[in-house]
Amino acid sequence: MLRDEDRIFTNLYGWFDWGLEGARKRGDWSTTKEILSRSPEDIVEDVKNSGLRGRGGAGFPTGVKWSFMPKEVKDKPHYLVVNADESEPGTCKDREIIRNDPHKLVEGCLIGGYAMRATAAFIYIRGEFYNEAMRLQAAIDQAYEAGLIGKNACGSGYDFDVILHRGAGAYICGEETALLESLEGKKGQPRLKPPFPAGVGLYGSPTTVNNVESIAVVPEILRRGYQWFADLGRPKNSGTKLFCISGHVENPCNVEEEMGIPLRELLEKHCGGVIGGWDNLLAVIPGGSSVPMMPKSVCDDVLMDFDSLREVGAGLGTAAVIVMNKQTDIVRAIARLSYFYKHESCGQCTPCREGTGWMYRVMDRLCRGEAEVEEIDALYEVTKQIEGHTICALGDAAAWPIQGLLRHFRPEVERRIEARKAGQPVLEAAE
Amino acid sequence: MPKLTVNGTEVEVPAGASVLQACEEAGAEVPRFCYHERLSIAGNCRMCLVEMERSPKPVASCAMPAGEGMVIRTDTDLVKKAREGVMEFLLINHPLDCPICDQGGECDLQDQAMAFGHHSSRYDENKRAVEDKYMGPLVNTIMTRCIHCTRCVRFSTEVAGVTDMGLLGRGENAEITTYLEKALDSELSANVIDLCPVGALTSKPYAFVARPWELRKTETIDVMDALGSNIRVDTRGSEVLRVLPRLHEEVNEEWISDKTRYACDGLKRQRLDKPYLRKDGKLQPVSWDDAFAAIAAKMKGLKGAEIAAVAGDTVDVESMFALKGLMTALGSPNLDCRQDGAKLDATTRAGYLFNATIAGIEEADAILIVGANPRWDAAVLNSRIRKRWLTGGLKVGVIGAPVDLTYKYDHLGAGAQTLTELADGKNDFASVLKDAKKPMLILGMGALTREDGAAVLAMARKIAESTGMLVPASKDEEGNEVPAWNGFSVLHTAASRVGGLDIGFLPGNGGADVAGMLDGASKGKIKAVYLLGADEIDTQRLGDAFVIYQGHHGDRGAHRADVILPGAAYTEKDGLYVNTEGRVQMGLRASFPPGEAREDWTIVRALSAHLGATLPYDSLEQLRAALRKSNEVFTEIDIAPKAAWGPFGAEGAMSETGFGTTVENFYMTDPISRASQTMAECTEVFVLPKQDKTGTEG
Repeated sequence: MLRDEDRIFTNLYGWFDWGLEGARKRGDWSTTKEILSRSPEDIVEDVKNSGLRGRGGAGFPTGVKWSFMPKEVKDKPHYLVVNADESEPGTCKDREIIRNDPHKLVEGCLIGGYAMRATAAFIYIRGEFYNEAMRLQAAIDQAYEAGLIGKNACGSGYDFDVILHRGAGAYICGEETALLESLEGKKGQPRLKPPFPAGVGLYGSPTTVNNVESIAVVPEILRRGYQWFADLGRPKNSGTKLFCISGHVENPCNVEEEMGIPLRELLEKHCGGVIGGWDNLLAVIPGGSSVPMMPKSVCDDVLMDFDSLREVGAGLGTAAVIVMNKQTDIVRAIARLSYFYKHESCGQCTPCREGTGWMYRVMDRLCRGEAEVEEIDALYEVTKQIEGHTICALGDAAAWPIQGLLRHFRPEVERRIEARKAGQPVLEAAE
Repeated sequence: MPKLTVNGTEVEVPAGASVLQACEEAGAEVPRFCYHERLSIAGNCRMCLVEMERSPKPVASCAMPAGEGMVIRTDTDLVKKAREGVMEFLLINHPLDCPICDQGGECDLQDQAMAFGHHSSRYDENKRAVEDKYMGPLVNTIMTRCIHCTRCVRFSTEVAGVTDMGLLGRGENAEITTYLEKALDSELSANVIDLCPVGALTSKPYAFVARPWELRKTETIDVMDALGSNIRVDTRGSEVLRVLPRLHEEVNEEWISDKTRYACDGLKRQRLDKPYLRKDGKLQPVSWDDAFAAIAAKMKGLKGAEIAAVAGDTVDVESMFALKGLMTALGSPNLDCRQDGAKLDATTRAGYLFNATIAGIEEADAILIVGANPRWDAAVLNSRIRKRWLTGGLKVGVIGAPVDLTYKYDHLGAGAQTLTELADGKNDFASVLKDAKKPMLILGMGALTREDGAAVLAMARKIAESTGMLVPASKDEEGNEVPAWNGFSVLHTAASRVGGLDIGFLPGNGGADVAGMLDGASKGKIKAVYLLGADEIDTQRLGDAFVIYQGHHGDRGAHRADVILPGAAYTEKDGLYVNTEGRVQMGLRASFPPGEAREDWTIVRALSAHLGATLPYDSLEQLRAALRKSNEVFTEIDIAPKAAWGPFGAEGAMSETGFGTTVENFYMTDPISRASQTMAECTEVFVLPKQDKTGTEG
């Protein structure tokens, strides 16, 4: 279990002052000027060595991502874009950072931006986060007033702006290139890659898009030294992570924990355990709605980090742990996720536009058993036809929950079809 | 020049090429819907997925730049499955209405479903239905068929330069539409029909008319403007059913204007199919012999100077050449092919050609447009300027009426004064032209069809000379030839104009031009006027002259005529046309003229015999041989010539009136488009609402 002195987000629950004064008491902005006196390469190297992997879902090493930015500023300015469009069902960690520790993010923008020779950071915040946007803007204003950002940020001689932009509530705008399109005032549809944003990003300039959490932990890593961060967790899966645990646990919560904590320990220590006891557990979606679920047999001893979860066919994603006990109608639950992806597909490319609706309609019938058994295989094939064939990862995200369901709970799906055929009532959950 | 391997074959492609182009180079067919060579890359249909080594997922070959050492496969199971998958997705919501779909037989979706799709569908849910949209009188929409490739959206925003189209909504509710369902306000709008890979956007006038396999296809040349767009005319029997663009990189790429495409229904209306003779004030049908005899009787005893001939805007070179031969034999110096009175000067060929060439626009870095509205004078050429403008680094200045040209320009002034300032270097744009490597001056008919046209022409020549528009051929540092550049470009509006000037269909010694002929006719000095398809003159002023009208439509000229000789329209005869660049192109006959109408040169030839001045050729080949002998430009077909510079124009005082535009209504410029119902609808939708309201309309 993470020791209290190793926590980065010490005001995660909003018990203390979120403002500049409170943030300074917690150590934020304390040695920013010294950090900015180091060379950008040095900072990038430290972030690389810390083993920090992107907290937005894909888990790409943050330092490596930063190193893709051009080493010199040519005719176009560099930008840092912070993805605060947190819309993945189950995920609520960035919201808490912005609510209660916004200065961690603002300071992270400055340091991260400096490391990439950016002139400005754009924070794209989800439209529904109205209060959070107000809070973050207030924090940005405080930082400007205190001379921490803006001209000669922190007295370092470096000019840096932070601009907050509110989205309009489309899930797809959390995809980094759709976010850039939306930020430019266009329709939020993902761009083709290559070119990648590090080459041609916002307004055609070299751009890096990072998750809120990835940026917010950077100042602490640089202050305490990369080795401290790297020593936490497991090799290649280092550091601490915010977990958002929801669903059938006694005490759903956000908690910062060490990477690689066993799932069972996470649930039992912080959330008071699964409702009805561990044996009442049905399945867990470990990383937000986009990743395939794990049945209880896997949950028993799985570790919560990128590589361990990948090994069992799931993924850490955003570390939004959705717990489902045996009370859950598992088919209906996944059908609801399918509806979400059908609703949020941008409609640009064929497999996702046409496939998400198809999958949802089949899922909807499967809930009631109104299908043939062969359709289960057809549905699985459809998910395979979408996966990997789309412009962005939304197609994959729509396919994986269904694949997880069919992999682990096919008998339940078949049972409903057979019950219907036999004229028996189709029981949809343990009622 | 990256080298890559496609299905085991090594190919080398130019830098910047896509994997899809490399696959084509290697002979591997890659199906696609959204990809189009002339549009930006969307990568949204996902049909062109191929396997790339070291990539776990198949990649969209249209969007992937070809890189050195890439290993691509298009023949694996993975690729086959990916294509089948995408095809299945495209078809699940596509209606099964091929039997009643106008795209049937030339449908990309149909063809590719046959080649790359599953044999059956597994989709049991209801299909999506989408409301049809209004896109104007030309484009018919059946939006349920749409596969969201966005070719139409990209065409209209990129090529046509109107932001009327877009994709609304998202996910499976995404729909292609025009903004507030207004008509697509572009002269090139109907090209979206060709671009649409399915039957979502089809041709409204051609709806349910024919199947492609019923049609006879003839490759010919358009005469609706002076570009000489390359077209394909599709006929069934003697009826022209549709006109489609043909690829010609140097002229029209693969676009045509809506007039070129849709004026063809005018070929069926108001046609002259018999010779007519005015008896007792009324035109009465007669036989050819009677018509010729009446002309011969009238001409007998007339002096050469009492006869005049005007050639119209859409006639072929051969018939003008024959008529010139006849007039010369009759001793008449009164010839003119400039109906609009343009003060063009044939002394130097470079003085009336679009010397920079249409493709040359893409090299220009500064363009001065004088007295022209290229969007209406030559819509496809305007899209070429826009194409160049989009690549950046092009400055455009306009002298004349400020109209929306679909690209930004500096409006320098309205008339000749600004032109003088430019010539004197007093206008800022003069330095823009001087600093440019390849400056251009597009001189439109609005600047030349005025009393002081010759002086404007001379002033334009002066600007071309003083701002360095004439760059001689040279060698660069590496010793490569750099071809000469002549930026002086006259933009004609009449398809026959350059040909007429080339053969010298102009007033001879002491001869009258059009204005002189009209004066002479109204004063009774000119007693007989031969109108060869000439309808754009003021026929009221022909006085008591005996008017012979040879043409294909009962338009202004025919109304005033005393004798009508029914000729052939451009789709009904073989003929040469010289476009504004001076490019000689050959049109071919797609169908026969109606009734007793004949090909035009044969009429002139037959009449010459009746007038006792028999022309020395009995076949088109003999005529063309004589033509080639008279002017060597006709010896080469489809070459944009480099004409030598020389003096032209006549310096003089210029009026202060601003330059006007000659095309008043893009959709109706000649007898064919005036007879076209489709063009009338377009006029009603696009032109009339923009005209100033008088307050008396309903």
